[in-house]
Amino acid sequence: MMEKERSGVAGLKIKRALIHIVLILLTIICLLPFYILLINSTRNHVDIQKGFSILPGKAFLKNFQNLMSNPNLPVLRGIFNSFIVASGSAVLTTYFSSLTAYAIHAYDFKGKKTIFTFILMIMMVPTQVSALGFVDLMRDMNLTNNFIPLIAPSIAAPVVFFFMKQYMESALPIEIVEAGRIDGAHEFRAFNTIVLPIMKPAIAVQAIFAFTSSWNNYFIPSLILDKKDMKTLPILIAQLRSADFLKFDMGQVYMMIAISIFPVMIVYFLVSKSIVQGVALGSVKG
Amino acid sequence: MQAGGAMIKKKTSCIKYTKWGYIFLIPFFLVYTVFSLIPLISTFYNSFFENYMSGLTQVGPNFVGLANYNGLFENTNLLKFTQNTLIMWLMGFIPQICVSLLLAAWFTNIRLKIRGKQFFKVIIYMPNLIMAAAFSMLFFAIFSDIGPINDLLMRLGILDEPFRFLSSVGGTRGLVALMNFLMWFGNTTILLMAGMMGIDVSLFEAAEVDGAKAFEIFRMITMPLLRPIFIYVLITSLIGGIQMFDVPQILTNGSGSPNNSSMTLIMYLNKHLYSKNYGMAGALSVILFICTAVLSLLIYFKFTKKEN
Repeated sequence: MMEKERSGVAGLKIKRALIHIVLILLTIICLLPFYILLINSTRNHVDIQKGFSILPGKAFLKNFQNLMSNPNLPVLRGIFNSFIVASGSAVLTTYFSSLTAYAIHAYDFKGKKTIFTFILMIMMVPTQVSALGFVDLMRDMNLTNNFIPLIAPSIAAPVVFFFMKQYMESALPIEIVEAGRIDGAHEFRAFNTIVLPIMKPAIAVQAIFAFTSSWNNYFIPSLILDKKDMKTLPILIAQLRSADFLKFDMGQVYMMIAISIFPVMIVYFLVSKSIVQGVALGSVKG
Repeated sequence: MQAGGAMIKKKTSCIKYTKWGYIFLIPFFLVYTVFSLIPLISTFYNSFFENYMSGLTQVGPNFVGLANYNGLFENTNLLKFTQNTLIMWLMGFIPQICVSLLLAAWFTNIRLKIRGKQFFKVIIYMPNLIMAAAFSMLFFAIFSDIGPINDLLMRLGILDEPFRFLSSVGGTRGLVALMNFLMWFGNTTILLMAGMMGIDVSLFEAAEVDGAKAFEIFRMITMPLLRPIFIYVLITSLIGGIQMFDVPQILTNGSGSPNNSSMTLIMYLNKHLYSKNYGMAGALSVILFICTAVLSLLIYFKFTKKEN
């Protein structure tokens, strides 16, 4: 082995160099669109029309102000709406998925296996295929232009449930729960005071996934929300796209995209390590 | 599973606490029933009715049996949009799986000593969390006829005049595929890495001692052992591909232009939902449901069979 390694050292060096070049190229491809976005959000319309630039302009604040005071795009309201829907979903989905996973993990009852299998089976059913019935039902229940149909369904999230269940298997020994029982803790209280704190790392990762997927969601919200004041960011983006593009101030267009993308990106970079680990751990994602 | 003493303890506590298992499942099943199951059943139900707006007059709902399905299959649109969806999925998936396999193999190979692994993983996963609608809008802006990419390509001397990406079939499909590729190759790389790290290192060492070359090791050891994860990635990606919507919808403003060549199945469904053609939308949903269900069952049996 040793000899072989020594004889292959030169080859390995070239290979390593090539691999690093490929990796750097991929990094550039991944980041270039966002770099252009960042730069162009700081330039005014006339500059942007001149073409590509490596250096930023000076119109960042002006673009921001113009966009905020644009009467056709209630962006501030959109950010607020998106934030309410996304954080509501994140809180509900992590709490109730933990609760559901706990029911399967900690208790033995008749039909448990069937229920578990059932949840796994429905995991892959796309929301789009029931969208027709969903929109119809929400209309009957008078819930269009309401955030409830966008937040409440996250209580039943098979993917998050599965992740929580996996996590409990590795991090929540049943003895801990039993010790709590001996101390006389009520089952529901035991879940809130003993189980949830142990689940914190998993909850944090899933909260971020749930927040971003709700923040990014376009299909269902666009069918539920049509009032100007209720629209979320993706719907406003679609509205921007359908507006006559050439009449638009490109500075505002880039600023609008930047506002939708960069907050999530910043949060991601801050907690990226646990996210990347979470992807591998759950091994089931949309 | 557990020692005898623990079993007995578990059993006694079971009787007392069993009901809590059911109680804790109530929210999930209540919400699932209201927001998913009933809508799904109602979608199936709607697919057997004629129910649409003709101008301002409402037609139906009248029971028409399988007429909506016949209508869908008789029209060439369904076939065309299925083709579009699959073509754009493949155009993104093939480079995605190749690049991801290569990256995963490099990242898990300790002898290559790749620098900044964590950094690369963070970067390549990042596009997955970006709002698809905004990402698509961004591509629409930067790949427009007078946009920065055309400007860059002309300045570098690669193009003589702007390439009109969104007026050409290949250009539009290519952009959709490129976005899907960028959004998913990081995710796939991480999944494949998790699979590769699960392979016993001694297998590689033994192969090396036997004088196997890197590619042979990859083909004879890594690939066969990676098969389950590979199939999982393939099928989940296909299910995701069938759901392709945000990216082409925003990029083409819902038109699927040029000439319907980038119209996907879900964009078609969305059209029917907006025009309130509930019969057709229902039938299309049922077809999509059956496709994804078959694919999901494939994964399910593949994996449960392995365990038994």
